[in-house]
Amino acid sequence: MAQPLVKKDDDRDDEADYSPFLGIEKGAVLQEARVFNDPQLDPRRCSQVITKLLYLLNQGETFTKVEATEVFFAVTKLFQSKDIGLRRMVYVMIKELSPSADEVIIVTSSLMKDMTSKTDMYRANAIRVLCRITDGTLLTQIERYLKQAIVDKNPVVASAALVSGIHLLQTNPEIVKRWSNEVQEAVQSRAALVQFHALALLHQIRQNDRLAVNKLVSSLTKGSVRSPLAQCLLIRYTSQVIRESANNNQAGDRPFYDFLEGCLRHKAEMVIFEAARAITELNGVTSRELTPAITVLQLFLSSSKPVLRFAAVRTLNKVAMTHPMAVTNCNIDMESLITDQNRSIATLAITTLLKTGNESSVDRLMKQITNFMSDIADEFKIVVVEAIRSLCLKFPLKHRSLMNFLSNILREEGGFEYKKAIVDSIVILIRDIPEAKESGLLHLCEFIEDCEFTYLSTQILHFLGIEGPKTSDPSKYIRYIYNRVHLENATVRAGAVSTLAKFGAMVDTLKPRVFVLLRRCLFDNDDEVRDRATLYLNTLGGDGAVVETGEDVKEFLFGSLDIPLVNLENSLKNYEPSEEAFDINSVPKEVKTQPLAEKKAPGKKPTGLGAPPAGPPSTVDAYEKLLSSIPEFANFGKLFKSSAPVELTEAETEYAVNVVKHIFDGHVVFQYNCTNTIPEQLLENVTVIVDASEAEEFAEVASKPLRSLPYDSPGQTFVAFEKPEGVPAIGKFSNMLRFIVKEVDPSTGEAEDDGVEDEYQLEELEVVAADYMLKVGVSNFRNAWETMDADCERVDEYGLGPRESLAEAVNAVINLLGMQPCEGTEVVPNNSRSHTCLLSGVYIGNVKVLVRLQFGLDGPKDVAMKLAVRSEDEAVSDAIHEIVASG
Amino acid sequence: MESCPSIKNILLLDSEGNRVAVKYYSDEWPNNSVKEAFEKSLFSKTQKTNARTEAEIAMFESHIIVYKFVQDLHFFVTGAENENELILVTVLQGFFDAVGLLLRGTVDKKEALENLDLILLCLDEIVDGGIILETDANVIAGKVASHSIDAAAPLSEQTISQALATAREHLARSLLK
Repeated sequence: MAQPLVKKDDDRDDEADYSPFLGIEKGAVLQEARVFNDPQLDPRRCSQVITKLLYLLNQGETFTKVEATEVFFAVTKLFQSKDIGLRRMVYVMIKELSPSADEVIIVTSSLMKDMTSKTDMYRANAIRVLCRITDGTLLTQIERYLKQAIVDKNPVVASAALVSGIHLLQTNPEIVKRWSNEVQEAVQSRAALVQFHALALLHQIRQNDRLAVNKLVSSLTKGSVRSPLAQCLLIRYTSQVIRESANNNQAGDRPFYDFLEGCLRHKAEMVIFEAARAITELNGVTSRELTPAITVLQLFLSSSKPVLRFAAVRTLNKVAMTHPMAVTNCNIDMESLITDQNRSIATLAITTLLKTGNESSVDRLMKQITNFMSDIADEFKIVVVEAIRSLCLKFPLKHRSLMNFLSNILREEGGFEYKKAIVDSIVILIRDIPEAKESGLLHLCEFIEDCEFTYLSTQILHFLGIEGPKTSDPSKYIRYIYNRVHLENATVRAGAVSTLAKFGAMVDTLKPRVFVLLRRCLFDNDDEVRDRATLYLNTLGGDGAVVETGEDVKEFLFGSLDIPLVNLENSLKNYEPSEEAFDINSVPKEVKTQPLAEKKAPGKKPTGLGAPPAGPPSTVDAYEKLLSSIPEFANFGKLFKSSAPVELTEAETEYAVNVVKHIFDGHVVFQYNCTNTIPEQLLENVTVIVDASEAEEFAEVASKPLRSLPYDSPGQTFVAFEKPEGVPAIGKFSNMLRFIVKEVDPSTGEAEDDGVEDEYQLEELEVVAADYMLKVGVSNFRNAWETMDADCERVDEYGLGPRESLAEAVNAVINLLGMQPCEGTEVVPNNSRSHTCLLSGVYIGNVKVLVRLQFGLDGPKDVAMKLAVRSEDEAVSDAIHEIVASG
Repeated sequence: MESCPSIKNILLLDSEGNRVAVKYYSDEWPNNSVKEAFEKSLFSKTQKTNARTEAEIAMFESHIIVYKFVQDLHFFVTGAENENELILVTVLQGFFDAVGLLLRGTVDKKEALENLDLILLCLDEIVDGGIILETDANVIAGKVASHSIDAAAPLSEQTISQALATAREHLARSLLK
C-alpha cells in the first residue's frame, strides 16, 4: 500500500513535476475499476484503483449518475476481501459516492456485519459509513447496535457512534433522543475524546430543556472533565447558562463565574483562551471580573506563536469597544505588535490602540501608523481608516493631525474601496467637527485634482456644492471645481456644472463670475453638460447681476428628492405616454426594508456619501391598482399606506386568511386574502363579518364579498370603514369568516348544487398608530434635524421597565412607531450600555417626522429612554409621544 | 457559541496552489469552481507569509484560517469567524504531524501523492462531517498505519524499498514511544 502507484522510472527525479497521477483520465480509471469484479481479488491493485478514483473526485471531477452507480456496485464486491487496508478505502469510497436509497440497501448487510465484527476498526468505520448513508427506517434496525457502541470499551468505536449521533440528531431527533442514558454514561468515560463527543451530543439532545442543561453544567463543573476540547464545550455551555439565568439573579455574584476563572489556570492554552473569551463576553461584565481574563490575554500577546497573539489581540480588540479602560494595561505589549510579521495581528493591535488611546498619545500613535500603512494591504488600511475616524470623533481637538494623516494617505496609491473609506471619513469629520470643515474641504479639492475614480469625484463635487458656499471664503473652491470642467470625463464635468450653479445660487457676490464660467460650458461637446449649463443659467436668471436668488430656485437646487429612487424608477416604467403628464406626487414614498440584504453585510452602515438604501420593487403599486379597480373604493382618494400582511389564522388550518390594512385619508380598507386548503370543498359568497365595537371611531361603509373560493386558489374579500379625516384613529376589530360551503367530488371536480352556510372564527385585528406612519428615510439625518423648526420639538423621558436586552427594547420602539431607522442606528452593538437611534417617517397628512431616541440601561435590565421628536406640526410631535406613552 | 467547535474544511495544496487533497465539511462552497476560487485566493493571500516554523493565522472572507507550510506543501484548516483559534490550530497540528509520521519525515508533494491513500485516510480520521474526531497525531497515524502495510502480502513479495520503509517505520515508532 505504501508503494508508489505508478512504476518508478529511473529518471523521474529530473522531472520537476513528477506525479503518480500524471496523465490520469477518468475513462481509463473507470475501465480499471473492472478489477473489482475479478473472482480472485488483488487487494493492493484494488486499493490503487480506489485511490485513483478518490484522486479524481478530489480534483473536482464528477461522475455521471450511471458511472457512479457502476462504481458503487463494483466497490460493494470488495467486501469479499479480508484485507483491512482495502476495506478502509472501500469505506471512504462509499462515503464519497453518497449512494441513493435503493443502492444503500445493497451494502447495508455487509456494513451491519462489520458493525458487529470483532475488529474495532471495522466497527468504528462501519458505524460512521452506515450512519452517513442511512435513512430513518434503517436506523431503527441498527439502533440497538448503536446504543451498544456508545458505551463500547474501545474509545474509537464509542466516538464513532457518538459523532454519528450528533449528525443523525439533525435528521432523526426522536430516535437519537432515546439514547440519552448511554450518552450520559459515555460522558463519564475515561477517554478524552469520547467525553468530548458525548458531552456535545448530550447537550444537543437537551438544548431546549433549560433546567437539564443547568443541571448538566452544575454537575460537570464540579467534577473533572479530562479532555481540553470537552472543557471548552463546558465553558460554552456554562456561559449560556449564565446568560439565561442573568434575569433571575440581579444581585450578588454571578453563578459559575468561579468556574470560568478557574479555567484560566488550566494547563491547555485552548481552555485558558476559551475561558478568557467567555468572561469578556459576559453580559454587563464588571471590570473586577474582567481583570483576570485580561491578564492571561496579555501574556498571550507576547507569545512566540502567531495564533496565540492573534487570538488574544482579536479578543482584546472587542473588549476595547466596550471597556477601553480595562485594556489600557496591555498598551505597551500592543505597541510592540505594530511591527508584527502577521499583518492581521498588527492591524488588530493598531485599531485596539486607537480605541484605547488617550488624547496625549494620539500624535505618537499616528507617527507609528504612518510607517505601518505603507506595507499593508488595502483591506487592513480600511480598518485603520475607520478606527481613525472614530478616534477623531472622540477627540475633536486632535482633528488637525488626524485630518492631515487622512489627506496624506489619500494622496498615496490605493484602490477604490480604500479611497472611498478615506473620503467617507473626511466627509463625516467635516460634518461633525465644524472646525475641521475648511481644511477638510481643501483636502478633498486637492484630491479631485488627481482622482481616477469618477464616482468619488462626482460625490465630492456634490458635497462641495452643499458645504462650500457656507464657508468663509467660497471663492477659493471655484478654481478647483472649474478645473474639472476642463480636464475630466463628461460625468464629472456635468457634476462640476451643478456644483458651480450651487455656488452661484448661494453666494450672490460670486454670481457674475459663475455666470461667465457656466456660459463657457454651453460649448461643451457633451449633451448633459450643455443641458445642465443652460438649465442653471435660466433658473438662476438675472443676467448674471448681483441679485438674491429666489427661494424656489434654492429649493430646486438643494431640495432633496424625498422619494426612493427605486419607486420612482418603477413608476416611470409603468407610466404610459399620454396626454397626462407624469405626476411625481403619485410615486409612493414608502421605503421597503430589505432585512436580508442588510444582514448579509453587518457593520456596513450607510455612512458618508453612501446613498440611501435602495429597496426592492414596491408592492404598493400593485395594491393601488387593485383598489382603484373596485368602484366602491375608487373615491377614497390616494392610498396613504398598505401594511404588510397580518396572519389571522394559525398555519395549516382549513382556511388560511391574512389581512392587509390599506390606509386612506378618511377611510381604512381591510383586504382579506383567503385560501381554501380543503380539496373537497368549494366556498361561495365569502365575506368577513367585522365587529368594530372596540373601534369607536370607525364605521363600516362597504364590503365586497368573494363570489367563489375553490381549493388552493387564493381570493380576496374587502371591508371598508370610514374614519375621521386625517386622524390616526386606532381600534380593535374581531373577524368572522362567513361563507357557503359546497361539497366537491374530488374525482370529477364538480361541486354539488346545495351548500350549507358556515362560519369560521378568525383572530383579532388591530389598527395601530404605526399604520399611519410611512417609512421614509432621509439621507442626512443631522441636516434634516437642524432644518426642522426647534419650536416643534417635544422631549420627554420614559422608563421601559425590565427588558431582555437593549437591542430588544430598541426594536420594540421602532416597531411601535413604524418608522424608518436612519444611518444604521437600528443596530445595537453587543454589550453596549447606551444607544442612540435615529428614525424618520411621514405621518398621515404628509407631515415629516424625525425622532431621536436615546436608550440607556438603568440598573441591570431596566431600560430608560429619552424621546425627542421634531416634526412640521406640533400636534404631530405630541401625537408621537402619545403613541409611546400608551404603547 | 453554544455549538460544538466545527471545522469547515481542511486543505492540502502544493506550492502553486493546486490541490493535493482537500476535504470540505461545510456547504458554504456549493460547487467545485467556488471551492477552487476559494483555494486560489487563499493561496495567493498566504503564499508570501512565513508559516514554516510556527502555524500562521489569517482572517479571510469571514473565516478564520490557520496554516502551516513544509517543503512544497501547504496545510490549511478553516473554521468559523468566531471559532476558538487554538482549537483550529490543534486540528492543524494534528493533521500536519500525522502526515509527517505517515510519510516518515519526507513530507513533500511527491511523497504525499505517492501515498495519497494514507493522506485521505488521515483526513477521514481527523474530522467527521465537521466534528473533530481526533487531534493527537500519534493516534491518527496509528489508526491509518495499522493496516497500511499489507498484512496479506508475504515479505518476499515486498520490494527492497518497501521492506526498508517498513523497517524505518518500526524504528520511527519505537523512537516516538
